[in-house]
Amino acid sequence: MSVFINQDTKVIVQGITGSVGLFHTQQMLEYGTKIVGGVTPGKGGTEVEGVPVFDTVEQAVQKTGANASVIYVPPAFAADAIMEAVDAEMDLAICITEGIPVIDMVKVSRYMEGKKTRLVGPNCPGVITPEECKIGIMPGYIHKKGHVGVVSRSGTLTYEAVHQLSEAGIGQSTAVGIGGDPVNGTNFIDVLKAFNEDDDTYAVIMIGEIGGTAEEEAAEWVKANMTKPVVGFIGGQTAPPGKRMGHAGAIISGGKGTAEEKIKTMESCGIKVAPTPAVMGDTLISVLENKGLLEKCTTHKA
Amino acid sequence: MNIHEYQGKEVLRSYGVSVPNGQVAYSAKEAVDVAKQLESSVYVVKAQIHAGGRGKAGGVKIAKNLDEVRTYAEEILGKTLVTHQTGPEGKEVKRLLIEEGCDIDKEYYVGLVLDRVTSRVVMMASEEGGTEIEEVAEHSPEKIFKEVIDPAVGLQGYQARRLAFNMNIPKKQVNKAVKFMLGLYKVFIEKDASIAEINPLVTTGDGNVMALDAKLNFDPNALYRHKDIQELRDLDEEDAKEIEASKYELSYIALEGNIGCMVNGAGLAMATMDIIKHYGGDPANFLDVGGGATAEKVTEAFKIILSDKNVKGIYVNIFGGIMKCDVIAEGVVEATKQVGLEIPLVVRLEGTNVDQGKQILKDSGLNITAAESMADGAEKIVSLVK
Repeated sequence: MSVFINQDTKVIVQGITGSVGLFHTQQMLEYGTKIVGGVTPGKGGTEVEGVPVFDTVEQAVQKTGANASVIYVPPAFAADAIMEAVDAEMDLAICITEGIPVIDMVKVSRYMEGKKTRLVGPNCPGVITPEECKIGIMPGYIHKKGHVGVVSRSGTLTYEAVHQLSEAGIGQSTAVGIGGDPVNGTNFIDVLKAFNEDDDTYAVIMIGEIGGTAEEEAAEWVKANMTKPVVGFIGGQTAPPGKRMGHAGAIISGGKGTAEEKIKTMESCGIKVAPTPAVMGDTLISVLENKGLLEKCTTHKA
Repeated sequence: MNIHEYQGKEVLRSYGVSVPNGQVAYSAKEAVDVAKQLESSVYVVKAQIHAGGRGKAGGVKIAKNLDEVRTYAEEILGKTLVTHQTGPEGKEVKRLLIEEGCDIDKEYYVGLVLDRVTSRVVMMASEEGGTEIEEVAEHSPEKIFKEVIDPAVGLQGYQARRLAFNMNIPKKQVNKAVKFMLGLYKVFIEKDASIAEINPLVTTGDGNVMALDAKLNFDPNALYRHKDIQELRDLDEEDAKEIEASKYELSYIALEGNIGCMVNGAGLAMATMDIIKHYGGDPANFLDVGGGATAEKVTEAFKIILSDKNVKGIYVNIFGGIMKCDVIAEGVVEATKQVGLEIPLVVRLEGTNVDQGKQILKDSGLNITAAESMADGAEKIVSLVK
């Protein structure tokens, strides 16, 4: 088991003929992901890496039976691409694109109300269920199959956490990058809920950063509902207020969204927070030990 | 992207949103010329810098005649204003806004922001104008009213009316306030603003409702579709190193410390600053070289870090995923040779081809300290700069 994606997920790539889309299509195919088609308007009827290309998402779904889409479309066209995937009734749309105007995403979020598609991202590394399916831009080889769920607003920090776990012999069920934008599809609570219901996930690492209050809301949710241990980390403890720290959503504004506040709330809700990014793995291991879960979570030789 | 008050008011005026008559002036002579054209009995001379708190810092003066306009203009131009938003070094005033004075009845607050919880734009309004809205939120939250706006239909008349009545705008001016709010929302959406704050919004003796101040920020990701807004950028108001970095698509933010950082990924870049602090050091900057860092980008990043005279050492922290460590290592070696690095450099590499990467650094013969882990690297650079 896993969340959102597995070995049966059939994926199409929107923007497959662009340089980024093409490169990551190769990487995903190499990992074993079932890429069944691609979409680039005007390139329908051609082939990329042995994968058929279509003009519209609708055609791609009809011909291939795909149930997930990954979007590598440039920012000016990405909102449109997401809505096209939603209209085609995809189960899942994962948008990697960074730099989509916020107002576009406000409209997308409104458009998606009542629709069946789950959007992950934008501005995210994607989702991976190790040794089954990788959708996105993360380095596949650092991930090992196992029982720890990872959810994060940051790409490289997720790799860092996953690497620390894999090095310590602890595999992952699924790693979900929810992205660094202020308006996104799937939030921490959506992923935590999925991990809570997933029989194969025994514990979760949640990686947040400054800006907004998503971590605080997630922490309250964990306190009220989560039956599995959660540990966390918050990036940006030294970030100055009023400055956007790379990610569009990583900004302390009007005294809100500080790391201090997030850490305080998380700790008060029973989430152990790693003091530095170097010990995210160790922090989880200490909690697993306390709960008697370390053996169950150890999946391979360290 | 931030713009000046006078620019914000020009944008508002172009949408029919009521603002006082006025114009920008770059010299005392221009200030007097603008004032002459205004044909008013009272003038306001306002310093134009990208920071709030100008009034308290002496950057806003009321002039009763043209002589006073000249005197105040001469006094404020070239002055360095220190406000709670400028930092201790302050900001030099290079532009003034000369405006007609208006007969203020009462001050209010109206603002538009993105609400991240609902993923909607929200209009906030309060009768507590003139003070910062964060302060109002703390002391009298019951005086702040909010309307969540459905992007499919936009701000509706009833919502603006509800706000106007809730904030106790006099009945005879409610329609003008509604028109103001609808116009402000239109500007926000059509120009991709990220913040539009009117503080204060004022009702005047002659029955008007207008923006006495205007703070407009714009979404940098949407500037590609607003050439007119792009032209309002004032490079004098931005950090020179940040401008240079943006040319190479490097995300750089200057800080106060002495350890320069170069990292891939925004999250890891923030976390690297944190871990330096954790080990007792002080980061000099945030720098994300991005996912596809080339030797050229790494070199430019080094140059920008070194242009900060406070920097006494550099910490490179790279998790090479898709980007391979040997490529990064070559970039670091190349950059080090080019810029002739004379301060300690600690490099932590992890990920794809990490062993080749470390070997390249070792074989380079350069004075590069290799770190075994993120924590090890942070400890090493902190001790090297002490």
